[in-house]
Amino acid sequence: MSKYKIGVLGDRESVLGFKALGLEVFPVQEPGQARALLHRLAREEYAILYITETLAAQLPEEMARYRKALTPAVILIPGKEGSRGLGMDNVRAAIEQAVGADIL
Amino acid sequence: MPSIHVNPTRQELTRLKTRLRTSIRGHKLLKDKRDELMKQFMDTVRENRALRAKVEEGLTRAHGAFTVASALMSPEAMEQALLYPKQSVELELSFRNVMSVNVPEYHFQTKNDDPGEVYPYGFAATSGELDTAVDALAQVFEDMLRLAQMEKSAQLLSEEIQKTRRRVNALEYVKIPQMEEAIKYITMKLDENERAATIRLMKVKDMLLEQAIREKRAADQRAVETFGQDASAL
Repeated sequence: MSKYKIGVLGDRESVLGFKALGLEVFPVQEPGQARALLHRLAREEYAILYITETLAAQLPEEMARYRKALTPAVILIPGKEGSRGLGMDNVRAAIEQAVGADIL
Repeated sequence: MPSIHVNPTRQELTRLKTRLRTSIRGHKLLKDKRDELMKQFMDTVRENRALRAKVEEGLTRAHGAFTVASALMSPEAMEQALLYPKQSVELELSFRNVMSVNVPEYHFQTKNDDPGEVYPYGFAATSGELDTAVDALAQVFEDMLRLAQMEKSAQLLSEEIQKTRRRVNALEYVKIPQMEEAIKYITMKLDENERAATIRLMKVKDMLLEQAIREKRAADQRAVETFGQDASAL
């Protein structure tokens, strides 16, 4: 058992609040910057990376890449614009991958 | 003809039969693995969906509160208020083995356990709405961790289920029928060879018999001729 950290990526307004909870907050706006940051954080001891849906939508390859990796768990959260349903789509995609059809 | 080329020999037949037995056993085991994984996955994914709905709702509420707070406070003041957190979270990560899939389990520890202590700022310079927002966020946080665990587990499980399902199907619909066909082909070919050998032997025997009969007849003929001459001479 070792100590891990939790990171939050997204636009400034969406992630600022998590700072109060003691999570590491990384405000990023540009996809390119976010990509580099994501890779860097994945190499460090971050077990969970929360990323806003808006940002995740701009980094589909990265999302697919970290799906298969054991760490970090890249989890989508709704940003300040509210939920866009991307997170649920991911769950649905997992069901489809496993079952072959969306059964729920 | 089988779709794969095999030598119709007894050695090959034995080898194939052993492989077929192993494949059938493997197929059964993989099928069991798939079923169990599927069971686990369905539980996980159901919880995942419920948690996600809950987290998304909670976060939307928290963001709403933050929006209100940021309308009442200047961005600088807000950032200043939140910039230096009192709370810190440490995450412990362990793995649980579900049918040979490692799924993560998170245990988190907050440095500060007092729920009243989460506000990293003095109340003088901030609005009450910010408290509400931070509160809402703190409430949803535990579910967010559970969500991370469930969602990652679901992702890893679905990946493994897909792999296992492919293997099961490949064995069931390709490998096993192919081997059965090859075995059938070899058996038939061997039987055919055997029959051919029997027929050949029978033919040879016939030929030998015929030759023997012919020789015998010739000898009889000769005998009749000699004795016939003798008889007529008498």
